[in-house]
Amino acid sequence: MQRHLISAADLTRDDAVLILDTAEEMARVADRPIKKLPTLRGRTVVNLFFEDSTRTRISFEAAEKRLSADVINFTAKGSSVSKGESLKDTAQTLEAMGVDAVVIRHGASGAPYRLANSGWIDAAVINAGDGTHQHPTQALLDAFTLRRRLVGRDAGLGQDLAGRRVTLVGDILHSRVARSNVDLLHTLGAEVVLVAPPTLLPVGVGSWPCEVSYDLDSTLSKSDAVMMLRVQRERMNAAFFPTEREYSRRYGLDGERMARLPEHAVVMHPGPMVRGMEITAEVADSPRCTAVEQVANGVSIRMAVLYLLLGGAVFDTKNAPAATHTRTEEK
Amino acid sequence: MSKILIRGAKVLGGEPGDVLIDGGTVAAVGPDLAAEAGEGAEIVEAGGKVLLPGLVDLHTHLREPGREDSETVLTGTRAAASGGYTAVFAMANTFPVADTAGVVEQVYRLGREHGYCDVQPIGAVTVGLEGRKLAELGAMHDSAAGVTVFSDDGKCVDDAVIMRRALEYVKAFGGVVAQHAQEPRLTEGAQMNEGVVSAELGLGGWPAVAEESIIARDVLLAEHVGSRVHICHLSTAGSVEIVRWAKSRGIDVTAEVTPHHLLLTDEMVRSYNPVYKVNPPLRTDRDVMALREALADGTIDIVATDHAPHPHEDKDCEWAAAAMGMVGLETALSVVQETMVDTGLLDWAGVADRMSVRPAQIGRATGHGRPVSAGEPANLTLVDTAYRGQVDPAGFASRSRNTPYAGRELPGRVTHTWLRGKATLVDGKLT
Repeated sequence: MQRHLISAADLTRDDAVLILDTAEEMARVADRPIKKLPTLRGRTVVNLFFEDSTRTRISFEAAEKRLSADVINFTAKGSSVSKGESLKDTAQTLEAMGVDAVVIRHGASGAPYRLANSGWIDAAVINAGDGTHQHPTQALLDAFTLRRRLVGRDAGLGQDLAGRRVTLVGDILHSRVARSNVDLLHTLGAEVVLVAPPTLLPVGVGSWPCEVSYDLDSTLSKSDAVMMLRVQRERMNAAFFPTEREYSRRYGLDGERMARLPEHAVVMHPGPMVRGMEITAEVADSPRCTAVEQVANGVSIRMAVLYLLLGGAVFDTKNAPAATHTRTEEK
Repeated sequence: MSKILIRGAKVLGGEPGDVLIDGGTVAAVGPDLAAEAGEGAEIVEAGGKVLLPGLVDLHTHLREPGREDSETVLTGTRAAASGGYTAVFAMANTFPVADTAGVVEQVYRLGREHGYCDVQPIGAVTVGLEGRKLAELGAMHDSAAGVTVFSDDGKCVDDAVIMRRALEYVKAFGGVVAQHAQEPRLTEGAQMNEGVVSAELGLGGWPAVAEESIIARDVLLAEHVGSRVHICHLSTAGSVEIVRWAKSRGIDVTAEVTPHHLLLTDEMVRSYNPVYKVNPPLRTDRDVMALREALADGTIDIVATDHAPHPHEDKDCEWAAAAMGMVGLETALSVVQETMVDTGLLDWAGVADRMSVRPAQIGRATGHGRPVSAGEPANLTLVDTAYRGQVDPAGFASRSRNTPYAGRELPGRVTHTWLRGKATLVDGKLT
């Protein structure tokens, strides 16, 4: 049984489908007058956020509360961390207070992996985004959104995303969302295309299970979904691209480009959107854009993950070590 | 001083024979020296162990002054003696930086006082390792420490003009600049080798070209001004090609490789365990094979440890927050046996050349790296090459434990080390 959720790459197809199906159950709770389940009553979950991320923290918090868990929010700013306390000491301090699960957001890639595998603590670890590495619950909620839109809410139960074509556009290099989505979408049978200027693709991307293109326009007509990733304006100063305008012209999604998508295709965005940069207001506010829906789905997915990890459900990956990158043996 | 008779030792891996030490000198080498030794000589039964000239490390961080929490001259030289070394070159990135005669003399004097291993300080090329202004290289050379190797190691002398001037200037007293080849702009925020693994792990990439471009520039500079240049810790297949080309052109370049770059690859970073975090980073399997081949054919001249001690807390953390470096003095010979000798790439004479003779020549370490023959200084290392065992950091003499080999089985164990006839290590125990 997997005790942690560190990387989307750790999930098998059946694990992922189970999470998506469970999330559908959880979504029904949101339709009830009292949006609460007693599942995690008496369990304590800490949201350990070393990076500012109001959206993700609130989403986890909502999920935890709907499952009746006791919630502790810990943000690094103004805490002992800013006075030089180590991740190890912070985690051990929290665990000493009797925490069952740690939801961690950290700026350093691999920090959740270290937390889960260094023997520092015993609690379950859920990665809420680490550096430029992984953000598995984001990939799960994206897959959930895709399945609902492309397959159907009830028709989708038990189904994966086989044969669907998803195009990710933007700053792949610095994106944990992109890495998680490539892993999970591939596991679910979808075809993935990455579109970015060559400067914003990692060296070594050729080994990823996806296609790579520098040209957005050539990919549109075949895409079942286009996922736009945020591009930070500051990247411009590091010469990743010449100007904001040039980036928008070549890689931004506007109404004209959206019109060239197949009729059923959706536009996704993990947020926060930089309107006018990677996406125009016209697209962001169109009914084809699922950005707001993704936020709602995020709560259902996080409820499902917490439920399955803490409720002791058995994932398919039997005897798998608690973790990501064990596929390659040490030489 | 009394006599020591080493019986049945395979000198440089040859036929078993005797070696007689008298005072600080090798008195005789022959099949049976019992008669020459006479009564009262201390007998060391080598029993077929391999006898090498005392090892010489051109690249050690002793951390004193300034970071005595990770290593001191005493603990570092004890670690060196444990690993079979009789001379180490201490890097200049201490606090304060070894950029004046005063600091290098202090380190030199501490080494002499402790007596476990000769300590030859390396002087900084530039003041404070800042890369802007030449340090007083002549004063450091003229000091009691007699500095001949200069390096800003840890940082690259990236300004081409400063590098050119340093290469030229040290010619006046036979010095050499040892370059830490790392183009700073190409490695901003770099955390590991840039490639397939970094792409997956989301750790900042450290491209091979950041090393190779500096090496290419510096061999051309050395050629232009007619100086010799030494390249620290070469880590990529491309660097090997550049050094090979430079040597074929007659450029006076020497190069070193660390034991860990001969054995470990960036695949290990998948564990996010900072014990594998090092500068330059662990590269790919292809690079490892190219480095081994280059060390065997002499393109790479020497093995240097880049022994870099760090306190536990600097490694018991997330990858990005961790310090770079690994200890190496006490495992170097074992790793070289594993990667070079047991693979058939080098014989023990070759190991003596790469780990003693050549580093002593490059650093002008008088009395070290000499042949094991009558009249030579008795700087010697006895190695049990048949031994295999797990690395146990708890047994290290070094103050730090940041080894990537904990629990790993490696061959070879140094049992005795003699520094000018004085035993510093006997039966694996420090004296």
